[in-house]
Order: sequence, then C-alpha cells, then structure tokens
Amino acid sequence: MSRTTMKTVRTDDRSATNRDVLGTNALRPDGAAKVKGEFAFSSDMWAANMLWGATLRSPHPRARIVSIDVSAAWRIAGVETVVTADDVPGQLTYGLISEDQPVFARGEVRYMGEPIAAVAADHPETCRRALAAITVEWEVLPALVDPETAIAGGFDPIHPDGNVIRHQRIVHGDASATGAIVVEGTYELGMQDQAFLGTEAALAVPDHDGGGVEVYVATQWLHEDRKQMAKCLALPEDRVRLVLGGVGGAFGAREDISLQVHTALLALRTGRPVKMQYGREESFFGHVHRHPATIWMRHHATETGEIVKVEARFVFDGGAYASTSSAVLINGVTHAQGPYRCDNAVVDGWAVRTNNPPCGAMRGFGVVQACFAHEGQMDKIAAAAGLDPVEVRLRNAMRTGDRLITGQVVESVAPVERCIRETAALPLPAPIPDQPDALLLPGGSGLTADRRHIRRGVGWGVSIKNIMYSEGFDDYSTARCVLEDGVATVKFATSEVGQGFVTLAPQIARSVLGVDDVVLDTIDTGIGSAGSTSASRQTWMSGGAVDGACRLVRERLFEHVGRAHGIDPLRLVIEDTFVVDSMGSLRLAVSEASAGLRIDETFEHHHRPTEDLDENGQGNCHVAFAFVAHRAVVDVDPGLGLVKVVQVATAQDIGRALNPLSVVGQIEGGIAQGLGLAVMEEIIVDNGRVRNPSFTDYLLPTALDAPEVVATLVEEHEPQAPLGAKGVGEPPCISVTPAIVAAIRDAIGRDLVRVPVRPQDICL
Amino acid sequence: MNEHYQLKVNGVEREVRDSWVGESLLYVLRERLGLPGSKGACEQGECGSCTVFVDGAAVCSCLVLAASAVDAEIATVEGLNPDGTLTDVQEAFVREGAVQCGFCTPGLVMAVHHLLDTEPEPSELQIKEALSGNICRCTGYGRIFAAVDAVIADRKDAAR
Repeated sequence: MSRTTMKTVRTDDRSATNRDVLGTNALRPDGAAKVKGEFAFSSDMWAANMLWGATLRSPHPRARIVSIDVSAAWRIAGVETVVTADDVPGQLTYGLISEDQPVFARGEVRYMGEPIAAVAADHPETCRRALAAITVEWEVLPALVDPETAIAGGFDPIHPDGNVIRHQRIVHGDASATGAIVVEGTYELGMQDQAFLGTEAALAVPDHDGGGVEVYVATQWLHEDRKQMAKCLALPEDRVRLVLGGVGGAFGAREDISLQVHTALLALRTGRPVKMQYGREESFFGHVHRHPATIWMRHHATETGEIVKVEARFVFDGGAYASTSSAVLINGVTHAQGPYRCDNAVVDGWAVRTNNPPCGAMRGFGVVQACFAHEGQMDKIAAAAGLDPVEVRLRNAMRTGDRLITGQVVESVAPVERCIRETAALPLPAPIPDQPDALLLPGGSGLTADRRHIRRGVGWGVSIKNIMYSEGFDDYSTARCVLEDGVATVKFATSEVGQGFVTLAPQIARSVLGVDDVVLDTIDTGIGSAGSTSASRQTWMSGGAVDGACRLVRERLFEHVGRAHGIDPLRLVIEDTFVVDSMGSLRLAVSEASAGLRIDETFEHHHRPTEDLDENGQGNCHVAFAFVAHRAVVDVDPGLGLVKVVQVATAQDIGRALNPLSVVGQIEGGIAQGLGLAVMEEIIVDNGRVRNPSFTDYLLPTALDAPEVVATLVEEHEPQAPLGAKGVGEPPCISVTPAIVAAIRDAIGRDLVRVPVRPQDICL
Repeated sequence: MNEHYQLKVNGVEREVRDSWVGESLLYVLRERLGLPGSKGACEQGECGSCTVFVDGAAVCSCLVLAASAVDAEIATVEGLNPDGTLTDVQEAFVREGAVQCGFCTPGLVMAVHHLLDTEPEPSELQIKEALSGNICRCTGYGRIFAAVDAVIADRKDAAR
C-alpha cells in the first residue's frame, strides 16, 4: 500500500533572498515523483490479498427492474461477492445537497449507466465475466428527456422528489424599465465532460474487526465523501477513514461520490482489500457533467449602449439526480448581468430532472452558461449602438461598490475596466502567412484548407465569477501547523487535484514562520474538513487556514523568545529566516529560536457569512468575486466549417500572484477547456442515450489545437482575502468560450447561438 | 490464467506467470511487474498516457498485447533514471511548470524523449505534432512547450 508524504528540502545553493516564499515560482514538491512515474495515483494503489471490484450499469435511460438474478455470477471461479441494493446496510441513497441518488438502483433506473450491482473478484477479467452473468429483466419505460416538458408538468414524476429540482426568480429595480435599444437571443450549451485523465479509482481496506474501513480515493472533498459513505454503510464516521489517493485531475467531476460506497461495501463484505477503477467509458457514466442549458436573454439599453435592464430565462437540464443542480442554477441566474452595471432585472431560472445523464459541478459552475449568453448579448448591444465590442464593455464595466441584481453590493476589488484595457493592449498575432503550413490552418492534419478561403475573426468575452460557496453555507477549512526544531509540519485535508495547493502551503509556512524545511503531512480525514477543492476556493480558504495556523505558532514562538530575552513579544518580527527585535538588536535564527520546542496549533478559517436568496432573488448570497477578460483570434474555413483558434489574450483579476508559474498554468489550462467547449467538446445524448463515451468520439484539445496564450496578471490585493489573493481556477475557462464564438461570428458574419460550434453551424 | 512468458523491460528479463493471454502490455507492466509509471486513461490509444518504447518505437502500451512483445526491447518511464537523477526532460518539466495533476506526465516525458532522440532540433510545429497524441487536461500545453524549448536550448548550449 502506498502513502504519499511530500517533503520539501532546502537546496544548498538557494540564497537567503531566493527562498520559496509567497510570490515566487516555487516548484511542486511532488514534481519529481510525477515526472518519474513514482507518484502514487489512486489507480496505482495496491494491497496484499487485494480483489478487484466492478459495477453493473443500466443500459436504459429509464426502465423498471422486474428481476435481478445474480446466481450465475456467484458460480464463476474467482468471484468473491456480488452486491445489489438489498446489500446496502444503511441509507439507500446519497447526494451532495439532497440525498436522492440510489447507491444501487432498486425498482427503477433513471439514467443510462445507473449502477445496479457490483462484484468483487480476483482479476478484472473475472469481474467482467461476472457482470455479464448477471441477468436483469427489464420493463423499458418512456424516458423524460426534454427539460421544457419537465417544467410544464407534462410528465409524471420520474422520482419521488418531482421533476423540478429548483426554480428561482430574480426581480430587481424597475421591472417595466425600457431602453431605446432592445436585443434578444436564445443561447444553447451542450453537455461538457470534465475528462480528467485519471479515471475514478479507490482502494478500500476493511478493518480487522469488520466494523470500519480505510479508503484511499481520488476525490475533491474527503469529509463530505466520508459523511455520505458512513450513512450508506451504517458505520460511525470515525470508522470510515479516508486518505487522499493521488488525484489525476478533477474539474468538478469528483465533487459527487462515484465508486466510494461500492468499493467500501465490497471490502466490508469480503473482508479483503478491494480496488475499483473505472475505464474511460465507465468514467463517462460514473460522474456528473456540465449542465446543458438553454438561456433566453433580452437586454434593454440606452441608445449609447448603457444597459438599462436584463430579462432572462435559464433552463438547466440536471439529468436524473439532483447533485449540485440547485447551486448551479443560482450561480447562473445571479450572474445573468455579467461584469456590468445593471439596475433592473427580471430573471427566471429552472433546474429540472430528466432521464438524461446527471449533471453537476464543472469548472465555472453555472457561470459558464450565463456568460455565453450575456456576452452574445453585449455584442448585439454594441452592433445596435454602433460601438465596437471593447467600447460597449468599457461603458458598462462594473466597479467596486456597484450593486448586483441580487441587491448585493460588490465589495471585492473589481478591476473590470483594467482587465479589458490590459487585454486590448496585448499584441495581436501575425497575419496568416501566404504559404502557411497546412497543420496550422483550420482542419489541421486533415490538410483540407485552402489558404485563399480562410477568414480571420476577433471576438471578446468578459466575466464575473463568484468564489467560495454561497447561500449561507459555512464552508470553512482547517489546518494544523507543528513547529519543532526549525521544521514546520503542516496538515490539512485539502484535496490536491493538480492545482498546486501542496506548493502553496509550504510557501505560506516559509513566509510566516521563517522556516525553510516544511513537511506536508498525509492528506486524510485525520483533521477537520478543508471543504471542497472547487469554486476557486482553496487558495483563499485553505490558504487562510494554513496562514492562520502558522500565525498562531509564530505568536507562541515570539512569546517564548520574548520570555527568554526579556523582550515584549509584540516587538518581534520574522525577517527572512530570523526572529528579529524590531526595536533592538536581537537577531536569532528561527531554527535556533525553536530548538527544543514543539509548538502545535490548529486553525479554522471561515469566510464571512452569506445569506439565502428571498423569493425575488434578493440577498447577499455570494462571498466574493473575480473578473477576467478574454480576446480570441480565430481562423475559419467557411466552406468546411472548421476553426483554428490562433490566439487568446487575457488579463485576469487575481488579487495577488502567490505563485506566478502556477497562476499561468491555471490560465492556460482553463483556456484550453473553454476552447474545447467552444469548438469541439460535447457529450452527445440521444433520447437519454450517451453516444460518444470515449476519447475517440469525445474530442479534447490536443497540442495542435492549443492557441498561443498571451496573459497579463492584474494584481490588486483583495482586502477580504487572507493572503490578498483571489482564486484563479475557474475564471480562465469562463469568458474564453464566448470570445471564441464571437471571433467565429466576426469571421463569417453569421449569428451562432450554440456551443460547441459544429461544422454544420458554420457552413450549412 | 496459465500463460507463462518473459518480457525484457528496461534491459532486464522479467517472468510473467499465470497470466491471461488477453492482458495488455500496460496491464502486465502495472499489475504484474510492479511498474505503475505508465498510466491508463483511455484504453484505446487516444491519450498517450501509457506511452512506452517497444524496440525503440513509441507506442501506446494499452494497445499492445503483452504476450506479443516477447523478444522485444521494452523501455518504460521507470527506466529513464537508473541512477535516480532526473533526465533533462524530466527536470525541465518540473522547473517550467509542465506538471499539474501529473497523470499524463510520464507518457509525455517518454514522447518528448522520443521526439528529441529522433529530431534534436524540431520546429515548433514538429513539437506540436509529435505531442498531439498525448492529451493533457490540466496545462493547456503551454508549460509543456516551454519545457521542451528549454531542453532544446540546454542541449544546444551543452553541445557548444
């Protein structure tokens, strides 16, 4: 069994002024292990006497289970157990917000791929044979696949909780306000997959007494997983211990549990360690996706292009189970105005249940959908007012102190105008050469493009994104710091999914404590919750927790030094790696000052409280906001409908760059995902059936699709944030999608209202 | 479950016992030979996470039947550091921020070594083409290109 504990060691040649503190490009402590293939991902976990687990899933979007016969599976040599809903010892359902999703379907399945049974056996191939031997008799039922039918009440409830997951209305200001310019449009977004590379995997090891289980799992939120698992397994929470297995990307798809209960149940039933790992096809069915959405918007503006009122109607297809749909809906409707001043609004939003695949969290979380619509509208206002896309956005740009359509005042630093201006100042790419390499033209290696037909376009997108959780949720984070003989050990339950919190936490400890050696303890449930690695929140929340724990330790260190040297501790500061008397001559190395001491402190960081929305969608529901601007340049082959994204320029409001290299990595990675949604990524669902659950048929951006990215970091320290830094994970993927679509519209002069933009949308 | 054969991996002959003949090279490397550095992410040769060299050719080990690689020289990411030090490519990946979640990284490291072994001074387009069979979902490829550029520059400097 593998455990990963990362230790960062000071290198000998690092000068005192070149320490890996906040603001530097400190390198990942897990980098060397990852490039050597030695880093233990959850799929690399192994235990002696281990069995493999596998899941039987529904082939139908909706059907009644007439009977399940597992007897033939039991008879296969090497099969150790077979479990169904009848074997779930505790609560039969789970869920992040409402517990509406069965561990295994009982009586009825509500989406294609819903789990029905699981097996544990000696080999993955034995598992496959066992699943094939299970006989299920089905009565196929008509599926509800149209969200509008769900809203209209035209279909009997497909779940006891009904077909509407949530409805929210926002009415703000003067609902009857009008403007000289009126523009409207209906915008659609397809279903995007997070497509992390490391598929779902877990290793569950039962306790010897059978009364508990330890689970190594790739997840975004260890404590939430544990809470849901303990209920379903009918175990006390302290008998379900979770350890973070190495996580191969997440992007929202690991916020809901997938194989956690199944793996633990198989291990408890067999008394042996069980490993489960999804293949790529199963992964498409095993996690939630980005909500497909249809958004109608109508804007009223003055004849000079200032927004007077936004009207909107949002429909999010939540699929068969609720997951986080209700929160995604709120993010969508509360961001309808975009990063622009708007005094009047009438917005209606629905998240509905259908027999389509369940949808939930994905990077951008409802705001990606809202932004695609409001940015399409901004270009329409610009056209009607005779303004260019930059001018219309500058004219309406939100500032700190402006009021949102929820009535909430934007207290965050809001450098929207600066993001737009700095993006506009970035250089445009060179024109297409007369004799270009065909690989760089639309169509790429297909070699289909004729240089003479290629048209270039430029488009803009600007966005606002809430960071942290909303609507009264106290999503705190916990960290512990132990200082002993000049070495700081930091512990937290923050999921490292690739974003680099394991780089940031030691940077914080070095800055606050003046130490160089920082040990990161195992990431597990052996400490309080860190909340989820989502909503761009961990730099702020877990960064705040690590900072707080280190500050408590520093206070105690100063008390100790003060006592020993007869100095008021308030005079002591950390300078570089020394404790220094700011009003005297004492200068003591931290390693010396902490010799023989053990200082151990734990801190919980809580953000300020938020409120629920009222029936008119009014309330201070969000914590803070981040902003970003994108400008995209594309080349389009109008005859074949193919697009090459040439360049994306961006200026992002980040508060403060705690690790500029990591920030750039988030920006470039987010842009690639937004590009994917703009021109290639979509889970095709046909009458409830997923048609492309593979990397052959679900297209992802490759190295040849990656545009040149030119980026400016807009650093205006955020006073509310513990480290002055806003989260940077989500904004990069939000407004890049509408920017690319606007660039395609600019190139071909056609109104495109749906992403991904398909060849037929351009050329037919 | 009764196939017995030998594979030569990173210069060492290894016994594969009691196996099922349908096992992929990726499965045998990871689950039978204790070499989990090669990663499985798509099982159909689309993502490159499982890239290894078979007789010097970069291949997706998920598409190769292990039993068909008998008598071939197989090289995996674990064979890049016999003395424990990072190769220049690995070092550049860490230094330039080309690693985030790291799941694609071993395959990309192998692909970059293969590219630079066959074309020491590739053009920007040759780099993109050579790496287009390795999907990375975290980085957007920018820092990966930076790492490749850094290795090319360092090798040029060293050759002077």
